[in-house]
Amino acid sequence: MNISLPVIAFIAVLALLGVGLYALLIVRNLLKVVVALQLLGKSAVVALVLAGAMRGQVNVGQSMALTVIVADTIVAVVGLALAVQVRRHFGTLDLKSLTTLRR
Amino acid sequence: MWHIIIVVGILVCAVMAIRTKRLLVVALWLAGNSALVALLIYLLGAPEISVIELSVGAGLVTVLFVFAINIAGEEPEPIITLIPKSLAWVLVMLAVLILAWLSLPTLNLPLPAATGTTSFSLVVWRDRAVDVLLQIVLIFAGVLGVLGLIADSQSHPRQEKNS
Repeated sequence: MNISLPVIAFIAVLALLGVGLYALLIVRNLLKVVVALQLLGKSAVVALVLAGAMRGQVNVGQSMALTVIVADTIVAVVGLALAVQVRRHFGTLDLKSLTTLRR
Repeated sequence: MWHIIIVVGILVCAVMAIRTKRLLVVALWLAGNSALVALLIYLLGAPEISVIELSVGAGLVTVLFVFAINIAGEEPEPIITLIPKSLAWVLVMLAVLILAWLSLPTLNLPLPAATGTTSFSLVVWRDRAVDVLLQIVLIFAGVLGVLGLIADSQSHPRQEKNS
C-alpha cells in the first residue's frame, strides 16, 4: 500500500475536523467545548501547511498557520477563563443548565 | 508506513480526548494529539511551525488546561447529550464526505519542490506584516483572558456592602 504523504495528511485533517465537529455537537461540559475547538484549530493548521506544501510555498502556509496557532491559543485562554468564571458564578460547567430560557 | 501510524495516533488521541471522563486525562490526550500533529507538520516540511505547535499546543495549552481544571474542579458528565448522537454522526459524516469528495482529486499530485527562495522570517515580517499586528492584538486579548482566569470574584462582597 503506497499512499502519498499529502493524502495521509489530508486524512488527518478530515479526522480532526470530524472528531472536533462531533464533539462540538454532543459535548455539554464547557471545558470539553474548548478541547473540541482545539481539535478544529489543529485541523486548520495541518490544512494550511499542507496547502502551502502542495503549492510549493511552504513558508506562506507556515506564516498563515502561525496566525491560526496564536488565535487558537487565545481562544483556548479566553474559553478557559469563561469556563472558570461560569463555574464560580453558576456552580456548574453544564451548558444545558446555564440557559435561563424556559424549556 | 510511519505516516499512517502517526495519523492513526492522531485519531486515537482525538477520540480519547473526547470520550475520557476525567478532565485531567483529557488534557493529557490533547497534549499527545498536539505532539503527533507537530510531527506530521514536520514531515510536511514545515519545521518552524512544528516547533511552535509542539511548544504551544503540547506545552502552554496543557498547562493552562490543568490550571483551569484545578480551579474549576471536576464534574460528573451528564449522560444525555445536546442532540442525539446518531444525528450528530450523520451530520459530521456528511460534512466530512462532501469535503473529501471535493478535495481528494487535487491531492494525487506529488509534493512539488519549494519554489520560493524567501525565508520564513522574511515572509512573516515583510509579506504578512498585517498578520503580525493581528497577532499582537490577539496576545493582548490573551493577557486579559489570563487575568479573567486568575481573577477572584471579589466584586460581590463590595456590592453587598454598598447595598
